[in-house]
Amino acid sequence: MGSEDVKLISFWVSPFAKRVEWALKLKGVEYEYIEEDIFNKSSLLLELNPVHKKVPVLVHGHKPIAESFIILEYIDETWNQYPLLPHHPYQRAHARFWAATAEEMLMEAAWIGMCTSGDDQENAVKAAREAMEKIEEEIKGKKFFGGENIGYLDIALGWIPYWTPVWEEVGSMQIIEPLRFPGITAWMTNFLNHPVIKDSLPPREDMLVYFHSRRKALSSSFQGRFKF
Amino acid sequence: MVEEAKVVLLGSGFSMFGMRAKIALAEKGIKYEYMEEDLANKSPLLQEMNPIHKKIPVLIHHGRPICESLIIVEYIDMVWPNNSPLLPSDPYHKAQARFWADFVDLKVYHASRRVWISKGDEQEVAKKDFLESLKQLEEFLGDKPYFGGDTFGFVDVALIPFYCWFYSYETFGNFKVEAECPKLISWAKRCMQRESVSETLADEKEVYEGILDYKDKFMLN
Repeated sequence: MGSEDVKLISFWVSPFAKRVEWALKLKGVEYEYIEEDIFNKSSLLLELNPVHKKVPVLVHGHKPIAESFIILEYIDETWNQYPLLPHHPYQRAHARFWAATAEEMLMEAAWIGMCTSGDDQENAVKAAREAMEKIEEEIKGKKFFGGENIGYLDIALGWIPYWTPVWEEVGSMQIIEPLRFPGITAWMTNFLNHPVIKDSLPPREDMLVYFHSRRKALSSSFQGRFKF
Repeated sequence: MVEEAKVVLLGSGFSMFGMRAKIALAEKGIKYEYMEEDLANKSPLLQEMNPIHKKIPVLIHHGRPICESLIIVEYIDMVWPNNSPLLPSDPYHKAQARFWADFVDLKVYHASRRVWISKGDEQEVAKKDFLESLKQLEEFLGDKPYFGGDTFGFVDVALIPFYCWFYSYETFGNFKVEAECPKLISWAKRCMQRESVSETLADEKEVYEGILDYKDKFMLN
């Protein structure tokens, strides 16, 4: 099982695509990395993911799998070494719930915070901090969300330690307050120091340039998004 | 003999998400206590069991909550694997099933809401998006009896509750799903032959009355 070739269609700065890389690297699965220009989509991507036309797409022996959380589960079920999801049904449900919840509550708010200013940004930051509070409860007393080792939820939330500080700088805002979120702050350091994670991160300077241009392009798109 | 731990399901009204959980439990033959929530007046139990979102459905098993309908269905399938397996066993087909169930949430649900909530141009766009999403599902279904093949499964559970809402969308939007997606309607009727589905889905006229009621109470004309 798993001896067929593996390809990852990716975009260098996508936090969604990075999740898949981390999972493959943690399991020691060899893969071919294919960079996609998401602003000029290739016919390959449109063929492999006709429904959403997005990265990441994992291709395993010619079979495409799309949507990062779905890909993570596929990887975990196909390659048994270094299990990512907990075995117990309740713990699995719990991890899946938190991955989906963080995506819905935190990522969107942080992104909108990066793209906006004034009241819009203030509301987005407030929403992001509220989501952070809830995640702080989850990490309390643990090195990783997965326990002693990086697991599914660490990977799902893995964009927080590296992408959030970049977005904070681009948007001139602060979401992660170390004193208010000590558990998350400690986890961020643990996560970024892990050898597999550390060596896979895109250059910070390049990310700043990229996200500055995204902020400029999207600033008028999110007006009035968060209402309190 | 080990006593089966109590299973409780918190649901509300005509929620298609609550129906997913009910269908999965019925498929597995699990006895459970159903508690109807008044979403305008949420119970302390709901607030305790789903403090983050305060939404239904919530499944409570061994006193612990499981939230989000598709996560609940996967949980049920894993804990009670023997009757009516809902997810396929091989990872690729499992991934496909999850993808299309997720698609129902991402595309079908949001467009369908806009169909009954909006008017004029906005509603026309919603109708187009809704039917487009159904056509994509129909394409994936192809000539198979169910989305997963020969047996009733995960994507069927995810989508079939919407069938009792079709009448409402059609009435508000002035269109017929069958005209655009005949294969999907055949599939829905096939699913309705299963007791778990026919016993769970609400009466479509009652759903329509329920929406009219809701619009009256909560929405400005």
